[in-house]
Amino acid sequence: MAGGAASGGSASTDTYKEARNWLLLPAWVYLGVFVLIPVIMMLVYSFLTKEFRGGVVWEFSTAAYDQFFFDRGLFGDEPAKIEWTYITIFWRSIWQAAAATLLALAIGFPTAYFIATRPERARPMWVFLITIPYWVNLLIRTVSMKFMLRDTGPLNDVLIGIGLINDPISIINTNFAVQLGLFYSYLPFMVLPIYASVERYNFSLSEAAADLYASKWVTLRRILLPAVKPGVIAGCILVFVPSMGSFLAPDLLGGAKNFMIGSLIEEQFKGNAGNWPFGAAASMVLLSMVLIILMIFARQQAKAEKEVS
Amino acid sequence: MRRSKYDIKSLPGFFGITILCLFILYAPLVVVTVYSLNDSNSITNWEGVSLRWYVDVFSGHESQKFKIAAWNSFTIAIIAATVATTIATLAATAMVRGGKFKLRTVSFGLISLPLMVPEIVLAVATLIFFNSVGFTRGYATILIAHIAFCIPFAYLPISARMQGIDDSYEQAAQDLYATKRQAFTRILLPMMIPGIISGYLLAFIVSLDDFIITNFVKGAGVETLPTAIFGSVKQGIKPNIMAISTMLLGVSVILVTISYFVSKTDNKK
Repeated sequence: MAGGAASGGSASTDTYKEARNWLLLPAWVYLGVFVLIPVIMMLVYSFLTKEFRGGVVWEFSTAAYDQFFFDRGLFGDEPAKIEWTYITIFWRSIWQAAAATLLALAIGFPTAYFIATRPERARPMWVFLITIPYWVNLLIRTVSMKFMLRDTGPLNDVLIGIGLINDPISIINTNFAVQLGLFYSYLPFMVLPIYASVERYNFSLSEAAADLYASKWVTLRRILLPAVKPGVIAGCILVFVPSMGSFLAPDLLGGAKNFMIGSLIEEQFKGNAGNWPFGAAASMVLLSMVLIILMIFARQQAKAEKEVS
Repeated sequence: MRRSKYDIKSLPGFFGITILCLFILYAPLVVVTVYSLNDSNSITNWEGVSLRWYVDVFSGHESQKFKIAAWNSFTIAIIAATVATTIATLAATAMVRGGKFKLRTVSFGLISLPLMVPEIVLAVATLIFFNSVGFTRGYATILIAHIAFCIPFAYLPISARMQGIDDSYEQAAQDLYATKRQAFTRILLPMMIPGIISGYLLAFIVSLDDFIITNFVKGAGVETLPTAIFGSVKQGIKPNIMAISTMLLGVSVILVTISYFVSKTDNKK
């Protein structure tokens, strides 16, 4: 029974084959109308002309993408130069997400390994402990992070209390604060897939390596790590992707200088100053990048599975 | 032999990092809870334990706002989780008990689409959709958007549970002249209850906690708890926010814990 679930549904049968389409219909209709069509509408909007008080005029235009990538001067008549403002914001989002991912990997991998090597009965409890914080409201967690990192917050109090520093260090409104916030928000996503692959790993391979006098660290790096690589990559993607489009951590922890793509998008839809087609275009750029990352990942996973079987 | 096996698996420092990891994950939650009990007008000074800010949430000058926001949040979460769980249960039955079919991969892609699209992009897309079909933003648009992203959260535990149930039970029922409908409602559905409860609770929490999509589609005047909290935090973190956050945090932790223990029942049989 457990084996059926693990191998991806050999317990699946065709008992309700005739009713299949009717059973799926509500999901198809609902997600089609309220998720798929909206994403297509967004693509359409990114090619429309902006209306000055928010919203759009139904005229085809590539102005939104042009504004994202090119600078044509104040009146739009100068030769096109590359517009660095938005590319910089995009680049910062990638960089911040990458830093958060590395932090999460540094803490998440040892944690996942430790949990996967506990006695089998103890593991679900550990996994549960890791997942609880994920289900707590992200806004509350980010606000709490802001509170902790303040100049007069608990973190500085503790650091001064134990004599590590004399004056409070300002962390809020720096890139590092955003990285910490993203790292903290998505840390459980790093632990879970790595845990799943280390748990499946056959430790007799490591024993064989040890019998041939490989040290623990060599065994970890050369034997275990290649075997659990898909889990590590999955964890990195699960942290990187939501970090890149994140809005709360840069907004609450980063301040105005540390703008990320999420804030750029949000700004286009607030109040009357917004530019809807531009916001839609920026969302499309973000979405395309995420889909490319996911596609490369899916191809790699398929290849890895073929190698195993 | 046993000794050497133990040695291979244990790596120095990994236990310490695990403790650090749990500390990082829980410290902010503990800090919010502790400071919500602070008997002081400012969040910076500690002036002893009191429940005054909890009283303030229910009777202070912002209490009316929080009451309305809480009502909106909980009613939306209940309706969204109910609809999403129903849709997800039907879909899971088709996916797990519907044999092999061409649209299986596409269907799975569609169901998990809300998880793959970055939340802010989904928020933009939903806003654009409501705007172009002429829906006025408010309670209904929040509800519609919540149902959509709750579906995959309800679907995953439900389909996992169904994959774990051998279909011989339904076969046996049919051998005894039960119709397929009877086999479904009297055999499969009761066995699915733990998975369905677990899926329902996860959908409920995700709806209750959502900020980004709600913030885009709520329109002026309608607030849920997260958007009300965000509005207050923008003017500085006040102690009553600590109290309301702690309560919301408590609801999530309790529901997740119930979901965990419910989904564990019967698994060993």
